[in-house]
Amino acid sequence: MIHKLGRISIVMTLATLLLAFLVLLNLVLGSIHIPISEIKAILFTGDEANRIFENIILKTRLPQTIVALGAGMALGVSGLLMQTLFRNPLAGPSVLGISSGSSLGVAFVMLFTGNILGFTFTSLGGWGDFAVVFSSLIGAGLVLALILFISHKIGGTLSVLIIGVMIGYLSSSLVSLLKFYSPEEDVHNYVIWGLGSFSRLTSDRALMFCLITVIPSLLATFLSKPLNLLALGDRYAANLGLNIKRARFFIIAFAGFLTAIVTSFCGPIIFIGVAVPHLAKLLSKTSNHFYLILNAALLGAATALLCNLIARMPGMEQEMPINSVTAFIGAPVVIWVIWKRRKENRLE
Amino acid sequence: MEILQINKLSIGYGKGKRAKIVHEKLDAKMYAGELVCLLGENGTGKSTLIRTICGFQPALDGEASMLGKNLLQQSEKDLAKMAAVVLTDRVIVPNATVEELVGLGRSPYTGTFGILNDEDKQIVHTSIEKCGILHKKKERLANLSDGEKQKAFIAKALAQDTKIIILDEPTAFLDMPARVEIMQLLRQIASQSGKSVLMSTHDLDLALQMADKLWLLSAQKALLTGTPEDLLLKNEFQSIFQNRGIEFDNKTGLFRVGYDYNMEIPVKGHGFEYVLLRRAFARNGIKTIRKKDEDSQWLEVCRNGKLSFKYFQNGECIGQEESIEDVLALTLKL
Repeated sequence: MIHKLGRISIVMTLATLLLAFLVLLNLVLGSIHIPISEIKAILFTGDEANRIFENIILKTRLPQTIVALGAGMALGVSGLLMQTLFRNPLAGPSVLGISSGSSLGVAFVMLFTGNILGFTFTSLGGWGDFAVVFSSLIGAGLVLALILFISHKIGGTLSVLIIGVMIGYLSSSLVSLLKFYSPEEDVHNYVIWGLGSFSRLTSDRALMFCLITVIPSLLATFLSKPLNLLALGDRYAANLGLNIKRARFFIIAFAGFLTAIVTSFCGPIIFIGVAVPHLAKLLSKTSNHFYLILNAALLGAATALLCNLIARMPGMEQEMPINSVTAFIGAPVVIWVIWKRRKENRLE
Repeated sequence: MEILQINKLSIGYGKGKRAKIVHEKLDAKMYAGELVCLLGENGTGKSTLIRTICGFQPALDGEASMLGKNLLQQSEKDLAKMAAVVLTDRVIVPNATVEELVGLGRSPYTGTFGILNDEDKQIVHTSIEKCGILHKKKERLANLSDGEKQKAFIAKALAQDTKIIILDEPTAFLDMPARVEIMQLLRQIASQSGKSVLMSTHDLDLALQMADKLWLLSAQKALLTGTPEDLLLKNEFQSIFQNRGIEFDNKTGLFRVGYDYNMEIPVKGHGFEYVLLRRAFARNGIKTIRKKDEDSQWLEVCRNGKLSFKYFQNGECIGQEESIEDVLALTLKL
């Protein structure tokens, strides 16, 4: 046990250090290099600093870093909850259909209104952003409510999974219908939204976003005992005194809330939620969800920051869309993990 | 002391008018320290009965009570302290070790985060020790053999500290030595700790030897209970298993396969060699009968010095082989 706890604390310490390092890199690196001394002056000491640097840090890099940190943490934890609840290594935040619901909400505002009301969405400016976030939250919230209702009414965990996936297909089909009848400019905007971004929020809002993602992510540790039991299967969990329906309700509510928030403010970020839980399990080598959740939180934040860094690598004219980077990093991780698991399963 | 009582229990699926009843009005009792084996062919509702007693599916009617409390009306939390289960589900928990799995057995007693105190840890340790896998305490479940894995789950059930342990086919998927080991372990748990152990199984021969009571579940007769010996005396196995060309031999407690014979052959001989010869011939549709004086042709098992099988016709030896394989080939040729 001591040996094992030793490993877990080493992994967590390293992950925390890595996270801090990546936060720093996200502030320093970019198309313009900003020295650490300047960053210190801008953020902490309040000394006289370069105006341009101050602008870049406070208006762009800091909010982007904070948002990436919160989003990564939320997606890592949400993905872990889903993988354990459904006992499926390919589950992730998107399996409940919540990000699809979010996308549908956004598509409705971006495409449908444009079609019917005869204006393109970009012309709305700030109000447009607000409408996008709002519609996304509504879409995600409706789907989450529906899933929670279903999970309460229907017994099996598998049915919830299947219904979640089907809701995903349904909303994709509605979205493609909306796309088909929409002007090209709106469709282009919608596609951009769908590629995800950590840079849609101002400093104040970024801080807010960070709070409502980081706090629930850490609170999810209160679900660690139910999750440990559910990993044994519903029946063993029930025999060990777990109220399955209630546990499932809370797990879905937590994971759903985190996914809904992230998708609404950043767009549907893919792969972080699937890959990070595997990394957490592989590195910490524990089955205790108390540590797995903390690990997934740290590694999720670190992964998102790494992706953000790659997306705006120095020397590039334009930022890459975040989803192309997450897929590029996430897919190999998932393949590697499945490969390793396949080998282990042969022993089981 | 009476631990479990099943009273006019009806088991099955569904509700109301569309309910599919598998069995009606089952009665049984179980006492402290007893090992009870639930036997029955596939599809007779063994698992349904087990699941109903465990509270995984509702009973259609009647009741199952433990120490006077109705099992079917307990909350998960209370039930968890009354009955522990070992299921057939193939569980794959990434990274989990034996110790962690057995530790989960303490869940009904731990707090919000499931942290084990010193007493819990001691119980986990003794549970693993009792199951004889202390040397595998830190081992990952994925690295255990099937038999060891089953023992780990039994240790989990022990750690749950309940009066009764219910196991659904714990010996399925195991090889013969592992089956015997698991049965011995369960026998030991029942005798030494005073827990009642109820297990469903297909291993009739082991159940006959080791169980205190048998519960025989069949489509025709619902649930018959009693000591293995009483059930043998009443010839109950015969009536339950007699369909499908198998015979139950009350003397050995084994199933005998019934063959269609298309040939008879007189054989002179006795002992182990004769029994084996008879079995090999029976498999090939040849019935061996005792040689009578008037037979003109017979086979003889000779053991003077070296084992040999000799064919005689009118007192003369017309062929001789030294293995059953060869004598069988010769017989089929003749």
